[in-house]
Amino acid sequence: MSVAYPTTWRRPPQIVKDRRWRIALQLGILIYLALAISTVDVNWTRVYDGLERGQRFILGFLQPDFASRWRDISQGLVESLTMTLTSTVVGVAISVPIGIGAARNLAPRWIYYICRAIIAVSRALQEIIIAIFLVAMFGFGPFAGFLTLSFATIGFIAKLLADDIEEIDETQAEAIRATGASWLQLVNYAIQPQVMPRLIGLSLYRLDINFRESAVIGIVGAGGIGATLNTAIDRYEYDSAGAVLLIIIGIVMVTEYSSSYLRKFLQ
Amino acid sequence: MTEIPHHSQVWTYRTPRKRLMLWGGWLALVALFVWCWQLMTRDTIWAFVADAPSQAADIGNRMIPPRLSYLPELMPPLWDTINIATLGTIGGVIMAVPVAFLAARNTTPSVHVLRPIALFIIVASRSINSLIWALLLVAIIGPGILAGIVAIALRSIGFVGKLLYEAIEETDARQIEAVTATGASAAQVLSYGIVPQIMPAFWGISVFRWDINIRESTILGLVGAGGIGLKLQASLNVLAWPQVTMILILILATVVLSEWVSARMRHAII
Repeated sequence: MSVAYPTTWRRPPQIVKDRRWRIALQLGILIYLALAISTVDVNWTRVYDGLERGQRFILGFLQPDFASRWRDISQGLVESLTMTLTSTVVGVAISVPIGIGAARNLAPRWIYYICRAIIAVSRALQEIIIAIFLVAMFGFGPFAGFLTLSFATIGFIAKLLADDIEEIDETQAEAIRATGASWLQLVNYAIQPQVMPRLIGLSLYRLDINFRESAVIGIVGAGGIGATLNTAIDRYEYDSAGAVLLIIIGIVMVTEYSSSYLRKFLQ
Repeated sequence: MTEIPHHSQVWTYRTPRKRLMLWGGWLALVALFVWCWQLMTRDTIWAFVADAPSQAADIGNRMIPPRLSYLPELMPPLWDTINIATLGTIGGVIMAVPVAFLAARNTTPSVHVLRPIALFIIVASRSINSLIWALLLVAIIGPGILAGIVAIALRSIGFVGKLLYEAIEETDARQIEAVTATGASAAQVLSYGIVPQIMPAFWGISVFRWDINIRESTILGLVGAGGIGLKLQASLNVLAWPQVTMILILILATVVLSEWVSARMRHAII
């Protein structure tokens, strides 16, 4: 007598194994979605009116107008690029001591807590919110943007650098220490060679991020190409806006490819 | 017994030539920095910069204490913010999945046509910040939550797409081959060979992106795309600094909470 084997097979669930939990979860998601979608009140006539504008924007994107606003675009671009470079250099220069201070295997406990606190503050706040405050303090223009990006860079680089230092090969540090090296020599000969390639890679990555962010903080008055873009959109000049966006995409692509190439070259 | 006089007694890590090149590189960087600095600060009004500490003290004085009575009024926009992030993430993930499959080298139907297009979509979406997407969409479909949702969704495509296509490319080819060997169709290979392998990565990426989106959706209101940023913008415009402080505290709390939730969920999944 042959046993009737099932002819079909159902894949067992992967993540939530209990059936009751699965049903409860699905129900919860459905209820949430219904609630959430009900809060979205869409003014369809407005959307319909906007479609024509959307079409113009897409046309502007396909036929960008670089020429007629070239002076504003180039000025914004120069501001963005200079802001990006200076803020990355200054940010990295400041984050190196903070990163060393935030590494538990190098710094005494009280310095460790101070540096970690600085990092936490810098990471918790959005660039754009910092930019609002710095513009209020330092006035409009790329200087406020430079300060914003430097501040944001500190949180990013210092945290990753500190984590990296904490994960170094301790035997090399031990070997340098055994020669009677001072703390500075320890950092210079045991830590620095181990973390330098990664630090350079992170700095290049941050350069890329800072350029992207510099396109945003212009919206609140911190200079850069974001201000040009904002003006172009406010004036409904979608062909100029398309040109600015294409320039941003192009530069981001170039920096992304060249930085990944450089990082490969360095490692 | 002969000595070798031309060798230095001090050990150095690099040859003199390499050291020279290194110094040249650093010098070029410093020169570039100085040049950029001068270009950037050409129009800076230094009187404002010198004035900044007193300005900061002034704003600081006005900001405390935060206006606690403003908190109930902030709850509906906060709910909107969370909805923007969640619905935007869902929309973005739905759009990102096909893009990721087109961009992954082992699943793309055409390496020379569709893959570059998919990669371009990913780069374009990643290089434009959600605030800029929101700026555009507010002009196109009008201010409101919908613009925020679409902005978050469009921005999420690049992030989710990139990480997901890398996960697809890293799948174990042997499992796929085993499924193919049973005579499975292409759709069945996808469903039984690839999807189970990328499922944990998929959920991890989605939750991670949701966490980032909560962060980003708090500020979308600055350009009119709904959420708590609208209140922030309104309070800033009337210089109601105690309200600004309250909003910032609420944003910080939301961000920290969402980060905790996402860390817990990713821990549970992976």
